[in-house]
Amino acid sequence: MRDPILALDGLDKSFGALHATRQVSLDLRPGEIHALIGPNGAGKSTLIAQIAGTLKPDRGEIYLERQALSSLSVAERARLGLGRSFQVSSLAEPLSVLRNVMVGVQAVQGSSYRFWKPIRSDADLVEPALRAIEQMGLGHRADTAVSDLSHGERRQVEVACALALKPKALLLDEPMAGLGPEGSAKLTELLEGLKTRVPILLIEHDMDAVFRLADRISVLVDGEVVAHGDSEAIRNNPHVREAYLGEEAC
Amino acid sequence: MTLTLLIEQVLNGIQLGTMLFLMASGLTLVFGVMGLINLAHGSFYMTGAFVTAWVTGLTGSFWVGLLGGVLAAAAVGAVVEWTVIRRLYHRDHLDQVLATFALILIFSEGTRWIFGSSPLWLNVPDSLSGSVTLPGGVEYPLYRLAIIVMGVAIAIGLYLLISRTRLGMRIRAGENDREMIGALGVDISTLYTLVFALGAALAGLAGSTIGALQSVQVGMGEPVLILAFVVIVIGGIGSIKGALIGAVLVGVVDTLGRVLLPGLFKLFMAPSDASGVGAALASMLIYVLMAGILAFKPNGLFAAHD
Amino acid sequence: MTSLESHIPSRSPSLGRRPLSRETVIGWGLILVLVAAAVFAHLAGEPFYVNLASRIAIVALAGVGLNLALGFGGMVSFGHAAFFGIGGYVAGIGAFHAFDQSPLFGLSGLPAGSDLMPVLWLSALLVCGLVAYAIGAISLGTSGVYFIMITLAFAQMIYYFAVSWPTYGGEDGLPIYIRNSLPGLDTNNPLVFFTLCMALLGLALFLTQRWMNARFGAALTMARLNETRLATAGVEPRPIRLAAFVISGMITGVAGALFADLNGFVGPSMLSWHRSGEIMVIVILGGVGRLCGPLAGAILFVMMETLLGGLTEYWQLFLGVVLLAVVLFARGGVMGLLAGRERYA
Repeated sequence: MRDPILALDGLDKSFGALHATRQVSLDLRPGEIHALIGPNGAGKSTLIAQIAGTLKPDRGEIYLERQALSSLSVAERARLGLGRSFQVSSLAEPLSVLRNVMVGVQAVQGSSYRFWKPIRSDADLVEPALRAIEQMGLGHRADTAVSDLSHGERRQVEVACALALKPKALLLDEPMAGLGPEGSAKLTELLEGLKTRVPILLIEHDMDAVFRLADRISVLVDGEVVAHGDSEAIRNNPHVREAYLGEEAC
Repeated sequence: MTLTLLIEQVLNGIQLGTMLFLMASGLTLVFGVMGLINLAHGSFYMTGAFVTAWVTGLTGSFWVGLLGGVLAAAAVGAVVEWTVIRRLYHRDHLDQVLATFALILIFSEGTRWIFGSSPLWLNVPDSLSGSVTLPGGVEYPLYRLAIIVMGVAIAIGLYLLISRTRLGMRIRAGENDREMIGALGVDISTLYTLVFALGAALAGLAGSTIGALQSVQVGMGEPVLILAFVVIVIGGIGSIKGALIGAVLVGVVDTLGRVLLPGLFKLFMAPSDASGVGAALASMLIYVLMAGILAFKPNGLFAAHD
Repeated sequence: MTSLESHIPSRSPSLGRRPLSRETVIGWGLILVLVAAAVFAHLAGEPFYVNLASRIAIVALAGVGLNLALGFGGMVSFGHAAFFGIGGYVAGIGAFHAFDQSPLFGLSGLPAGSDLMPVLWLSALLVCGLVAYAIGAISLGTSGVYFIMITLAFAQMIYYFAVSWPTYGGEDGLPIYIRNSLPGLDTNNPLVFFTLCMALLGLALFLTQRWMNARFGAALTMARLNETRLATAGVEPRPIRLAAFVISGMITGVAGALFADLNGFVGPSMLSWHRSGEIMVIVILGGVGRLCGPLAGAILFVMMETLLGGLTEYWQLFLGVVLLAVVLFARGGVMGLLAGRERYA
């Protein structure tokens, strides 16, 4: 088995009396989609915040290709190749899709402190950005302002922004949230095509999508990983049926 | 420097702090409850001072003048809230800054138009003139002492108002959740007008009482306003407790700095240079204090909104 | 990848020969009107009006500086008078020591003052850049209303320092007896001085446009619109903002140096918070975040100052009413009215 791309090692985080993350260890290997599921309040958001860098864990470490991340800022993690999407869309509304995605390319290529060359005629910026947009099937919408996009298209732009970083690992936070069955199916298809290029840590509520996409699933309950395995194992895990799937399983 | 002089200066600092607290508590209350930054708060201070000076001149009674000044400031505050300010609650801070800056221009020029450019004078009332001997043999002006006592009373009053009354409960609810308080069925626009008028009345009270110590003139509110900003940045925006502690801290540091620094520089500089350098640096002291506190606590000492 | 290739050529016209936008046309129109007015006044033998045009160009330049921080960067600085005034004092202090051949600050070992404009401008850039770096480094740790109050407070600190520092006039300010010079040009000629101001304004506008279309501008725009997006894209927002704040302070500083030379005087009033408010008003009246907004705002502001000020000494009362009306009812300012809503490429 190859080395993991992203590894969490014994992450622990408390807010006062609330123990939000308990000794979480998991990894993401090349070519896979690893889904993280759990009921509301299980501590998924807190865990994502620690991986992405908006929260600092009390104990434990996060490694991206063996590099420790916990002392790095959000932007530094992004430059190292950790791409993420947000649960609530986080794009610059008045700007075009292209300009939203281009900012990521700009960071990966180096400096944002260039004051002379116009970005619009800078093929080094435009081409990789367009490629990422097309990977997400939005080539025809590149010049459209984000505020004019549908909800589903925004989700795709979010992922395109992450792809622009040429990421080593993707962290997708409920990409299906708010999508209808059609949009959900489309995004599922796109993600399936993506995973061979970049492994994805997928946090998702849509169980159909999870069972269809995920190579492995970890179940988070009360801040703790209570079960781990492939779809089949998780479906049949009595602990999971009780804690999470509840009456759905019956 | 003698001990008695030092005590006197500390008291002067606390007296300045009292004034700043009256200004800052209104500002911080309005920001905490309505999320509004109000540059025109100094205009209520000026209103209080002018009306007090004017009414005192008409009636011959400082106390009637004081009452008139505070009521006028509260009334002007209510009218301004009703006509302009309430349109700004949902705007961004830039719009609030500009609109209230426009109000300053209107108030300052309007006051100059009505009262003229020469300053008015207001005397300390007879019952509070003279000085008292404090324990330790410090002679201190009675009027300044009365201001300090008044400040303590107001601080206690505000504390009781916010922690013990229905109005206070609504204010706290408004600080925590603006949607919530509307859902509770509280008449939110009346609450906002009340809070704003209360803040204006406190600023008016500060202006009315200070009028007997300095000249009453257009623009008098602005230096105090900026000091009050420093106070609430230090104390934490939205926190009355922070405003109180910040106000006393700024008042004492500023007053002592002006007294002590020139003397300090005389130890190793020529006296003429020392007084210039000392005065220049003393005028910067509270801003250095502010920068130092912000470096460690970017949201102030007692931030209400973290 | 076919649609990729079809995309690039469709973009190539934007390399230079894009049809002029309405905003660009209006910008050029304003510049031409101002230049024509100055030349006409000069030919008519009315130096007062030439100087008025210089004044417009200078306050517009100060506004261009603030607009970079406020309009393009979303940083509501209420302390830009600090840079305007420091720029003015650099020109004043340089001229003061050049006049009596003394070393800077009267400290032996330091070089003598200078009355050469380029030296003074570069010094203003340098000093304002350093001060803006210090203020920005502290203030940008905060945001929103804290940032407004802290920039105001720091500007006030510098104001009080100038008032209580006796060497350079303290409260009374410092006269510049002989206008600073530029080799080969007669800077005392109002039209020559106007040309200098206009050239610097034009340069600042050109550079701002260049910067905002480049990578730096893309990052700054994103920092204003969505800071989280910028950080997630791998760019640290705070240094981007700080860089914009520093450049912004430098531009406003040069405007201050010109202003001191225009008036032959620098005093604490150039540092006062009213001045900060005025520079901000100019940006708002013209249109926040529009390249030529500060120019439109400066023309409007100086015209109101001159026309209303001629009618009544309480003209600021009317300025207040106009400003209040613009904020409450006409967001977008002059450029918003003339050129429509802002569009992003």
